[in-house]
Amino acid sequence: MGVEQSKTLGGGFITTSLDKLVNWSRSRSLWPMTFGLACCAIEMMAAGASRFDLDRMGILFRASPRQADVIIIAGTVTKKMLPVIKTVYEQMPEPRYVIAMGACASSGGVFDTYSVVQGIDEHLPVDVYIPGCPPRPEGLLYGLMKLQEKIMKERNSFGAAIGIGEVVNEA
Amino acid sequence: MSDQAIVEKLKAKFSAAVLDVAEYRGETTVTVEKESIVEIGTFLRDDCGYNLLSDLCGVDYLGKSPRFMVVYNLYNITTKQRLRVKVPVEEQDAKVDTVSGVWGTANWHERECWDLMGISFNDHPDLRRILMPADWQGHPLRKDYPLQGPDREPYQGRLS
Repeated sequence: MGVEQSKTLGGGFITTSLDKLVNWSRSRSLWPMTFGLACCAIEMMAAGASRFDLDRMGILFRASPRQADVIIIAGTVTKKMLPVIKTVYEQMPEPRYVIAMGACASSGGVFDTYSVVQGIDEHLPVDVYIPGCPPRPEGLLYGLMKLQEKIMKERNSFGAAIGIGEVVNEA
Repeated sequence: MSDQAIVEKLKAKFSAAVLDVAEYRGETTVTVEKESIVEIGTFLRDDCGYNLLSDLCGVDYLGKSPRFMVVYNLYNITTKQRLRVKVPVEEQDAKVDTVSGVWGTANWHERECWDLMGISFNDHPDLRRILMPADWQGHPLRKDYPLQGPDREPYQGRLS
């Protein structure tokens, strides 16, 4: 992460960049929005419960979008549900992330029909896609770890937070 | 009272309105004129004891005439008997009188039937969409409604 023992300041100090500090704190306290849509939500709940225990990674489900950093689209998105999801997403404070969990959220899955949105990426900027129908809790955990890696690679996250420039995502 | 007795009773009172009576695997189905469905429903509820409308739905027989059927599945809670009543509906005049005044359950069932099948119900107290979004165009459970929706290319089969 780029934390270094400073040679000039002595043993009691460490130096790092503010970007890295911000990225580290953001990625280690990812609070997902409690929002389940279908059977994927059952696996999401299992991942949050004691056996897989997302809490140990600082991932605490929040009941309000105002307190959430990431929304896990866990299940089939119908066209009737889409305005609700958009509202919840817009209520989340920035920076905010989106995980498309499972085949339905990623592509519509088996529901190639008039009533189902063919992938939530038609409407929200997705950061991580998790395959599976539904993905096992390990899959969700891996997806969340991938999101942590992605956040750690962001540049100028401190600058963007104080209003100087935009966040740069490293390719 | 057996199913046959009830059908005879119905025939005696509404001889002109009863179009067909069929029995299949112990289930009795009566097809009646749609103009008299409210009278027949009231009669079946009050005089034959069918006090529960367990389901109301529409069926699309695309290519046949009349194209639609509205099916009323009735249940007598006291004697545990069932009766199915069907009403043929033409496509050009897809309107049936509401039975929500006879069985309160019919209110939402008729909304669903209108929402998905496009069969309208005269004098319905609140005929809004119930399952599809309020601004939806068309009635998706009709057989000629494209599965992927009107604004998408239909599925052509696997490409590989």
